Amino acid sequence: MKIDTNIHTNSSSVPLQGPDSYRGGVGHLSIFIQHAMHTSEGKKMLEVNTEIRPQELMCLFGHSGAGKTTILRILAGLTKPDKGRIVFDGRVWFDSEKKINLPPQQRNVGYMFQDYALFPNMSIEKNIRFAQKVKDEVEVEKLLVLFDLHSLRSRKPGQLSGGQKQRVALARALAAKPSLLMLDEPLSALDYEMRTALQDEIRKTHDLLQTITLMVSHDIPEVVQLATSVMVLRNGTVVKEGKPEEVFGTDTCTQTVLIKTNNRTRIYADLAD
Amino acid sequence: MVMMNHDFINTLLLTGKLASWTTVILLVIGFPIAYLLAYKRFPLKVLVEALISMPMVLPPTVLGFYMLVVYSPQNAFGKFMAEYFDLRLAFSFEGILLASVIFSLPFMIQPLQNGLHAIPASLREASYTLGKSEFTTFIRVLIPNMTPSIITAVAMTFAHCIGEFGVVIMVGGNMPGETRVASIAIYDEVQALNFDTANQYSLVLFGISLVLLTLIFAIKRTPSR
Repeated sequence: MKIDTNIHTNSSSVPLQGPDSYRGGVGHLSIFIQHAMHTSEGKKMLEVNTEIRPQELMCLFGHSGAGKTTILRILAGLTKPDKGRIVFDGRVWFDSEKKINLPPQQRNVGYMFQDYALFPNMSIEKNIRFAQKVKDEVEVEKLLVLFDLHSLRSRKPGQLSGGQKQRVALARALAAKPSLLMLDEPLSALDYEMRTALQDEIRKTHDLLQTITLMVSHDIPEVVQLATSVMVLRNGTVVKEGKPEEVFGTDTCTQTVLIKTNNRTRIYADLAD
Repeated sequence: MVMMNHDFINTLLLTGKLASWTTVILLVIGFPIAYLLAYKRFPLKVLVEALISMPMVLPPTVLGFYMLVVYSPQNAFGKFMAEYFDLRLAFSFEGILLASVIFSLPFMIQPLQNGLHAIPASLREASYTLGKSEFTTFIRVLIPNMTPSIITAVAMTFAHCIGEFGVVIMVGGNMPGETRVASIAIYDEVQALNFDTANQYSLVLFGISLVLLTLIFAIKRTPSR
């Protein structure tokens, strides 16, 4: 599988601005990383060398321990890779040779953790307000309405259901106006009906941000439903990459859409090398 | 009546003053140390943790002896304090305060360190990805989510301090109004066969310790957020 390693940059290092106030920055993401992962099954080498086009909604797919969460953490600046180079929108986030490693605070990424990481000491409203770089009460109100959280604004995370927490986490990510959005298995803890409903929320958030979204998922119907591209990982290596129909096959994609339409839950495809 | 006695009240006030100052100083210096131990890796970290824990196992008289050596104007630290601050630490309130801070160090740091550990790493990391500095995260995310640990640390430190005897008597002696805290006064009164007075002091210290420990256990029983 040939991977395009050319780095496409815009003509200046200033992120492109657009009329949409949610746009944090549109651009390419270039990833070259090598990192030793220490898992319960021993040491595995994570190697990724790829480029993601602007406004892609890419799903990272694979079994547990394949390296999906590690990739998100590396991009967010929460884990430092052993070697590599990461460039987003013409700005170098990480370069092991030049000893560049921007901390998370300087990367402007939105990261939704598997446990949502809502601050227990703050109400929903305060969680959202905390994320803002510039205080804007009108924006907070808009987000509360957009994600149907208005009636829950004063509640604390401990008083919310899984679906409500997910909506708060998305609203908070949006409030920060990130340049890149990363979602680590955002729907895995939810039942089928809730997953389907909240897939729309993810699509809505991606469309509002108009930037790259990276999402970890184990669920093929979900990937087919949401993703514009898929990266399949196995034991730290990218084994397949492309559009969902290229990766899973057109028949599988058609079947999952039909099955989903008939209200079935999930199927798994056996991916041949 | 003993309780109305001027000396009795002054001794208790001195005990409270020592415990309060020790707790405040340890809260200020303990938090950064606990933060470093909870979240950072550095060379000889294990040795630092062992040194901080030493007062829990070291006989108080050993620490008291070494403090006296350090305080001596014939040695560097004692000489420095005498020349620049005109302070002779042995047998002074400042001397027993410094000894008390060192001796109560693990009682403040360990609950704070455990409290910081107990907060999910994803909360800190979420705050960083939202652009917040470590300091802002510490003030607005970490401290509000470890209140029970802070209360435990303060209560344990205060309770341990009012019960100190060996270190204080080695370093401070028994000077009324300066270093004669309640625990030493009890020993004194028993030696002088003044059992009534010794009993009054003991009852007060017993009561304070009981209230503080009951508070700690009540906090631990409260379901966490």
